[in-house]
Amino acid sequence: SSWWSHVEMGPPDPILGVTEAYKRDTNSKKMNLGVGAYRDDNGKPYVLNCVRKAEAMIAAKKMDKEYLPIGGLADFTRASAELALGENSEAFKSGRYVTVQGISGTGSLRIGANFLQRFFKASRDVYLPKPSWGNHTPIFRDAGMQLQAYRYYDPKTCSLDFSGAMDDISKIPEKSIILLHACAHNPTGVDPRQEQWKELAATVKKRNLLVYFDMAYQGFASGDINRDAWAVRHFIEQGINIVLSQSFAKNMGLYGERAGAFTVICSDADEAKKVESQLKILIRPMYSNPPVNGARIASLILNTPDLRKEWLTEVKGMADRIISMRTQLVSNLKKEGSSHNWQHITDQIGMFCFTGLKPEQVERLIKEFSVYMTKDGRISVAGVTSGNVGYLAHAIHQVTK
Amino acid sequence: AYRTDEGQPWVLPVVKKVEQMIANDNSLNHEYLPILGLPEFRANASRIALGDDSPAIKENRVGSVQSLGGTGALRIGAEFLRRWYNGNNNTATPVYVSAPSWENHNSVFMDAGFKDIRTYHYWDAAKRGLDLQGLLNDMENAPEFSIFILHACAHNPTGTDPTPEQWKQIAGVMKRRSLFPFFDSAYQGFASGSLDKDAWAVRYFVSEGFELFCAQSFSKNFGLYNERVGNLTVVGKDADNVQRVLSQMEKIVRTTWSNPPSQGARIVATTLSSPQLFDEWYGNVKTMADRVLLMRSELRSRLEALGTPGTWNHITEQIGMFSFTGLNPKQVEYMIKEKHIYLMASGRINMCGLTTKNLDYVAKSIHEAVTKIQ
Repeated sequence: SSWWSHVEMGPPDPILGVTEAYKRDTNSKKMNLGVGAYRDDNGKPYVLNCVRKAEAMIAAKKMDKEYLPIGGLADFTRASAELALGENSEAFKSGRYVTVQGISGTGSLRIGANFLQRFFKASRDVYLPKPSWGNHTPIFRDAGMQLQAYRYYDPKTCSLDFSGAMDDISKIPEKSIILLHACAHNPTGVDPRQEQWKELAATVKKRNLLVYFDMAYQGFASGDINRDAWAVRHFIEQGINIVLSQSFAKNMGLYGERAGAFTVICSDADEAKKVESQLKILIRPMYSNPPVNGARIASLILNTPDLRKEWLTEVKGMADRIISMRTQLVSNLKKEGSSHNWQHITDQIGMFCFTGLKPEQVERLIKEFSVYMTKDGRISVAGVTSGNVGYLAHAIHQVTK
Repeated sequence: AYRTDEGQPWVLPVVKKVEQMIANDNSLNHEYLPILGLPEFRANASRIALGDDSPAIKENRVGSVQSLGGTGALRIGAEFLRRWYNGNNNTATPVYVSAPSWENHNSVFMDAGFKDIRTYHYWDAAKRGLDLQGLLNDMENAPEFSIFILHACAHNPTGTDPTPEQWKQIAGVMKRRSLFPFFDSAYQGFASGSLDKDAWAVRYFVSEGFELFCAQSFSKNFGLYNERVGNLTVVGKDADNVQRVLSQMEKIVRTTWSNPPSQGARIVATTLSSPQLFDEWYGNVKTMADRVLLMRSELRSRLEALGTPGTWNHITEQIGMFSFTGLNPKQVEYMIKEKHIYLMASGRINMCGLTTKNLDYVAKSIHEAVTKIQ
C-alpha cells in the first residue's frame, strides 16, 4: 500500500486550467482570453526589443553563475524601488526602505505574507477587495493568515462600488491588514480615480491599517509608469508606511523569468536593515537565493538610459494596443446590434475586463464558440486582436441578446 | 561553489554552448512555464537520478516538480509531507536530520511547519568516519513513520558517505520501521565523476520498493548556481498515487512561486536530451570531480610526507566538495589568524579552494596547526 492513498486529487487551477483546455481545442477560430499574458496584434507572445537588447548585452559580458545574495541582485532591487516610489521620493532618498528580489509577483506576495505572519502580531486578518486575484487567498492562507473582504466591484454597474468600499473599510478593525491593487485591478479592471484614492488613503490612515499594495501592472495600465504608481506614492506621502509587491512579468514581458520585488517602507534606514535581515531568514529556507536571469535583464533596462527610454515606449505601446482593443470591442458589439451598455469595457483599465457575463453565458462561449475565459466572466483583453475582435463581439452578442 | 585551478568560478563549456543556442533561437520567448515546470526538464532530471532503466520510470510511477534549486525542492517536499504524510497536517511527525548536516535542512522543515526536528548520529569525530551503529540505533528507536533526510552522496559537511553495504543495512532498518526516506542529492556526478555511482543509494532504495522523495540540485553539477535549477523527484507505488501527489504539490507551488524560472531548466533540458551535449556535459562534470579528487590525494600525500601527526586517509576517503579535516576550533583559529586560510570552525574545508599553487602552503599550515596547537 502507499503512503498517499488518502491524498485527494487537487482541483485544476482555475486560471491556468483555461489555457490547458484551450490547447486541447481543435477549432481554428478558438480564442484564449484566460491567462494574463500580453499578445501582439497577431496573437503572438511579444518579446520586448529592450529585453532582446539587454539579453545580448548580458551575453557579451560573459558573467559567471555564482549565487546571488539572498536578497537578490542589488542593482535590480534598488531600481525596482526607485521605479515604484519615484526618484524624488523622500522614502527612497533617505533609504528608509528595504527591497528584496522575489519570484515575480507571487513570490514577492508570499515573502510579504510570511513576513507579516511572523512579525505583524497585531492582526491575522488580511482584507481583500471583492473580488481579487484568485491566488491572493491561498497565498495568504498558506502563510497562516486569515482572509476577510471589503466591497469593491459593483456588478450592477460593472464599476467601482466606492461608497460600499468606504463603508466597509471605515469599519475594518484597527491594525488589520488591507490589500490594495495599485493599478489595473485584477480581475475587474476597475480602478479608483485619484480623488477616490485620496479618500481611501485618509480612511485607511484613520483606521490605522497596514497597507499591502500589489502592483503587477505598473506602466501596463495607463501606459505611464508614474501615473500607474500614483496611489502607491500618494499613500507613502501621507505617511502610510506601506508594504509592496511588484512584478515585471507583464510590463517587461519577463513572465517565465520570475522577476519581482517585495518592499517594506520603514521608519528609518536602521529599521530597514533589521527588516532586511528578517526577510533573508524567511527566504533562505524557501529557495536560498533568487534566479538571476530576469533580474539582470530588468536591472539593465531600468539602469541604462537608452534601454529605459525604449522600454517606456514599448510598455506604452502594449497599453495603447489594449486600450484600442477595448474601443474596437465596444464598437463591434454595437455593430452586432447589441442593446446592452458596454461602456464598462472602455472604462476599465489594464489587461483584464470584467465583462459582466454570467457563468452560463461563459460556458456557452467556451462550448459553442471556443472562446476561453475564466468562469467569472473575466477576459484578458491582451488576447484580443484586430483579427478576432469581430468574432469575439459576435460571440458575446449571441450569448447575451 | 566549484573553483578552477586558478581559483576562478567556472561556467561549464557545454553551458556556454547551450546558452548560445538558446540565445540564437528566435522561436523561444519568455512565456510562463507550467506550474510544475518545463516537461522536458522534469523528465530528464528524474531520469538522471533514477537511471535510464529504472523500473519505477518504466512502471510510470515517478513524478517530478521543477524547483528553485535543491532548497526549493526540499521545501516543496517538506510542505507536502507536513500536509499529507502520516495523517493530515500532522506537524508532530518527527523529522531526522544528520548530525551534522547542512544547516538549512533544519530551517526548511521548521518553516514548513514541522514541530519535532531531531538529529540522528552520523559523524564520529573520534574515528573521523561514519558512526554507523549510532545511526542505525537512532533509526531503530525512531517513532514509526519518522522522516529521515538522507544525503544521496558527498555528505555535506563531512564528505563521509555510507558504503553500499552500509546503505543496505540502513534501508533494511528503514523498511522494517516504516521510516520515510527523503534524499537530498546536490552533488550527483560532482562527487565521484560517475552519475550512476553517485545515485547508487537512491536507486537501491527504489529497487527495494520504497516510496521516497529526492530533492535534486543542478547548481553544482551544471554550475548553474544562480539560475536556481532543481527538481523534486517523487517515487510512488503506482501512477495513480503519484498523480494525486503531484496535483497537491501543484497547489503548494502555486502559492510559493506560481511557476519556476525558465532559463536554467532550458539549459539542462537541452543538454540532457541531446546525446552529444550529454556526453560533453559528462566530460565537464568529470573535469570538476577529477580536480577535486586530485586535490584530495595531493593534500593527503603532502601531509603524510610532512609526517603531520594523526592519520590523513580520511582526506581521500571522504568525497565531494567538503572535507571534515578533524582540526579542532583552536587549530582552525590558528589557520585563519596566522595563516590566512579560511575554513569553518567545524574543521570543514572546501576542497575547491585548493589549487596546485596553494597545496604546499595549505599542507604546511595544517602541519603547523596540528603540531603547535593541541
